[in-house]
Amino acid sequence: MKILVVDDEKDVQVLFEQRFRKEIRNKEMEFAFAYSGEDALKYLNDLSHEAVLILSDINMPGMSGLELLRHIKEKHKLPPPMVMMITAYGDAENYNTAMKLGADDFLTKPLEFSLLKEKLKAIH
Amino acid sequence: MSPQLQTISDFIKNSSGISDAEKESLLKTIKEADKNLSMIQFKLERIEKDRNTLSVMLQESIEDLQKKSLVIEDANKALTQTLEELKATQAQLIQSEKMASLGELTAGIAHEIQNPLNFVNNFSEVSNELLDEMTEQLEKGNTNEAKAIANEVKMSLEKINLHGKRADGIVKSMLQHSRTSNNKKEPTDINVLADEYLRLAYHGLRAKDKSFNAALKTDYDENIGLIKIISQDIGRVILNLITNAFYAVMEKKKLHPVGYEPTVTVSTKKIDNKVIVEVKDNGTGISQKAIDKIFQPFFTTKPTGQGTGLGLSLSYDIVTKGHGGEIKVETKEGESTGFSVILPV
Repeated sequence: MKILVVDDEKDVQVLFEQRFRKEIRNKEMEFAFAYSGEDALKYLNDLSHEAVLILSDINMPGMSGLELLRHIKEKHKLPPPMVMMITAYGDAENYNTAMKLGADDFLTKPLEFSLLKEKLKAIH
Repeated sequence: MSPQLQTISDFIKNSSGISDAEKESLLKTIKEADKNLSMIQFKLERIEKDRNTLSVMLQESIEDLQKKSLVIEDANKALTQTLEELKATQAQLIQSEKMASLGELTAGIAHEIQNPLNFVNNFSEVSNELLDEMTEQLEKGNTNEAKAIANEVKMSLEKINLHGKRADGIVKSMLQHSRTSNNKKEPTDINVLADEYLRLAYHGLRAKDKSFNAALKTDYDENIGLIKIISQDIGRVILNLITNAFYAVMEKKKLHPVGYEPTVTVSTKKIDNKVIVEVKDNGTGISQKAIDKIFQPFFTTKPTGQGTGLGLSLSYDIVTKGHGGEIKVETKEGESTGFSVILPV
């Protein structure tokens, strides 16, 4: 299962690679990383069929996670990939917007990796 | 006739050696001399009178001036006191402007500290897991695998350290921001300073208004090196310009919700012996009516209660008086604004 992680914090890559090292080693999961909404869209356009799940931060300079979500759900081929939103601000407004735009899940920072792992394995 | 002239006249009348015609002529001259004398006497008396009057007037004037001098002295005292009060009020205003801008930063600071803290927590948990795994591998005798894991732990610890320092830096700069300036110029990396305030301002605004977003563009001249500035003061100037830029793009976004991409650009460059920090936005611009007043204290275009009108005026003082530099502005109403801070180095 290929997962695209979108976050403007670059160390998220190292963190995910360590948190999921067993899954990566066993080839259960594969991760790709984008550091902005724009990068993520570019990745999806180039390799549209690859990622089945997108984990995106909401609060990013430029294209926000919510805009990215809207792009993916509106313009992507059917069926669109699953999108889980991650935000430091777990407020109702963000949550409602994300749900309206078709987010498949909504997680708040700091991420509970054990919980995330369970969720990902359930999809898998 | 004056007695002396009378004596001369009598002498001439009784003299025998002078003809009658000569006597008459001489007596006539003496009479004329007497007339002139009395005229002069009269004038002299008048002048004397005038002098007395003048002297009285002068005395009165002196008394009057003395009274006025006392009044001026009192007024001066009152003015000096008012000036001192004004200075104290100004100092208070500067402090409250600092605190107000700190308030605007609070949410940004919280966000900026939360991120590194999350990394610290995550990487420390990962390290723990890795060490368990390493022990497991060592028990199995897989030394190579254990060594590989040790390297991973090392990397995790480096990340913990890195993000710990990041949070530390943010707290330090926040403390510095609220502290009274010590007016000491210290070698500063202007690029780091600008970037720090750009992030804080951006996240501060995002936390307040979640619907807001803007593209941040940066272009830092890596050849500037360290420059001697009062970093907290210049930091405040940069923060102020960035906050204004965000406000301008936010206002424009309200007018054009679709198809407008708010963009704020911060750049630095070194030209000869000058360092230029530029903050540009594609927001509402500044009207011709406002442009002459923007550096005046208490001038603001924001709704009542939203702006102190002190940001740019304080920035102007910091740059010109504090650093011998200049602030320049270029704007096109409805399109863009660019502020340049030019600092001599």
